[in-house]
Amino acid sequence: MAVMTYIQAITTALREEMIRDEKVFILGEDVGKKGGVFRATDGLYDTFGEDRVLDTPLSESAIAGVGIGAAMYGMRPIAEMQFADFILPAVNQIISEAAKLRYRSNNDWNAPITIRAPYGGGVHGALYHSQSIESIFANQPGLKIVMPSTPYDAKGLLKAAIRDNDPVLFFEHKRAYRLLKGEVPEEDYVLPIGKADVKREGTDITVITYGLCVHFALQAAEKLAEEGISTHILDLRTVYPLDKDAIIEAAKKTGKVLLITEDNLEGSIIGEVAAIIAENCLFDLDAPIKRLAGPDVPAMPYAPTMEKFFMVNPEKCEKAMRDLAEF
Amino acid sequence: MTSRHKQLGLSDEQVIEMYKTMLLARRIDERMWLLNRSGKIPFVISCQGQEAMQVGASFALNRKVDFVAPYYRDLGIVLSFGMTAKELMLSAFAKAEDPNSGGRQMPGHFGQKKNRILSGSSPVTTQVPHAVGVALAGKMEKKDFVSFVTLGEGSSNQGDFHEGLNFAGVHKLPVITMVENNKYAISVPMEKQIASENVSIRAKSYGMTGVTVDGNDLFAVYEAVKAARERALNGEGPSLIEAVSYRLTAHSSDDDDRYREKEEVNEAKKKDAIVAFANELEAAGIISETQISDIEEEVMGIVNEATDYAENAAYADPEHALKYVYEE
Repeated sequence: MAVMTYIQAITTALREEMIRDEKVFILGEDVGKKGGVFRATDGLYDTFGEDRVLDTPLSESAIAGVGIGAAMYGMRPIAEMQFADFILPAVNQIISEAAKLRYRSNNDWNAPITIRAPYGGGVHGALYHSQSIESIFANQPGLKIVMPSTPYDAKGLLKAAIRDNDPVLFFEHKRAYRLLKGEVPEEDYVLPIGKADVKREGTDITVITYGLCVHFALQAAEKLAEEGISTHILDLRTVYPLDKDAIIEAAKKTGKVLLITEDNLEGSIIGEVAAIIAENCLFDLDAPIKRLAGPDVPAMPYAPTMEKFFMVNPEKCEKAMRDLAEF
Repeated sequence: MTSRHKQLGLSDEQVIEMYKTMLLARRIDERMWLLNRSGKIPFVISCQGQEAMQVGASFALNRKVDFVAPYYRDLGIVLSFGMTAKELMLSAFAKAEDPNSGGRQMPGHFGQKKNRILSGSSPVTTQVPHAVGVALAGKMEKKDFVSFVTLGEGSSNQGDFHEGLNFAGVHKLPVITMVENNKYAISVPMEKQIASENVSIRAKSYGMTGVTVDGNDLFAVYEAVKAARERALNGEGPSLIEAVSYRLTAHSSDDDDRYREKEEVNEAKKKDAIVAFANELEAAGIISETQISDIEEEVMGIVNEATDYAENAAYADPEHALKYVYEE
């Protein structure tokens, strides 16, 4: 098994899917000759040519909308938004069109499009290159939102997204791109969209999170283990629609639940996770459901002091986890 | 005059079919208003005044292979592309058998995969990038079809219009955009919508041919769309056509039309393209007065039958509202 970075796993998935199915193609800003600003599409232009790795004009709504049109025809477009922060001009296409197409046509039409976007902070990206934008789309039935936390998950879930017959938003943590390395099978495999994954077994407290925060929680759990605190960690992987069964099972397992997101607290994904637990696990809980998230300010500032203040990190996780364990 | 349709390569039978299709669109539309005013259907949004451009454009396309992304007034286009009067009435009554949406969407939100009519929504102009995407797919797959997309002139101010046309222009895609300029975006007239002298001049920015034609002149629209289709198939890229007519009804059944002078509307009605086309065909000896009344009778028969069928058809079960969010 090869060890690769998170972004190499993404590129590998793209390459393998383009070889497997001629209907798969990529469109976005700078995805062609340059291979993407993060180099997620590195080398694909040389292999597959400009028709299948399409440098588009700088227009996000067209990138999404043209992709949706091609998907309606029967292609398998992978649209790249250069930064998740810049997906906003395409929201009408994603929410009014892609999300509702199957439903509004009574199952006559569908849009098998994957929209990839790098999200997340801790990279000195300031307000507009750092945001978590998943909650904007997380009450839009018809959409699926996948946010993998490891290279292994990234490859298997991106392949699943491309093969899915409905629109999938695939958000990649940009700091994870080169920070995270892991073993990735060379053979073809897909992971199920809509299924959470236990990343660590434990008995004292449960952490439910996704994306880069999974790693912060794992690091914190290692430290807490030295103190005799055993942490169970559930990685949501798909943040919409949520894997309710896995959430309930993980919460019941320890009765003490901490929910973590890098997004602003109010209205984030973890609020819905808390509601699922509150509805289903009342008599299994031994502590209030706790949340750790970014503060409710518009987005993270540029200056390192303020950026660090905003970001979730292993230390913040460790403190919140210990507090919960001691409740 | 006599040979106008022949010069365009159209047979007598074809122009009679065009006339029938226009008339059917008009009569379905009028029936929907009656049904609305008698409390039987909640909403109508009209094609009246735009049938000639819709039918003229459709017949210039290849209705067996081309894709259309219509907007809410395009009764004439969807009829030309194979949707039936019965299906349109099922949509008006929001019945389960409605092929557009199974009664989920308001009337005028067309879509029918088997006839390559892309499904549409209510936010205007989102269909432009979709048509561009279909054209891109066609080019990638080396297929000989074009995509045809329509919208109102007010909608040509939306970002998706400009983003879509620019994308099509850059990649020289076989897509034809027709702006159906009926001079009003609900209540706001053309001069308060568009700073340029017309809509078609906008084509220049996107490296494509742009023309303005008389939308009441079916043959002029036919000719413009046919030429655009030929250019598209020759690899010469997209075209923008602005067809100008006038909206003969209020914006919708929920609009009181208080912002226009009655005289202005009456003047436009005098130039009704359907009446003019019938007169033209009669003057050219293609069709007789008797045939005109026979066609009228035939069309009304179709409309009556469609209305009866749709009115008596079943609604979807309430729980059907839960279906088809995702693939099942």
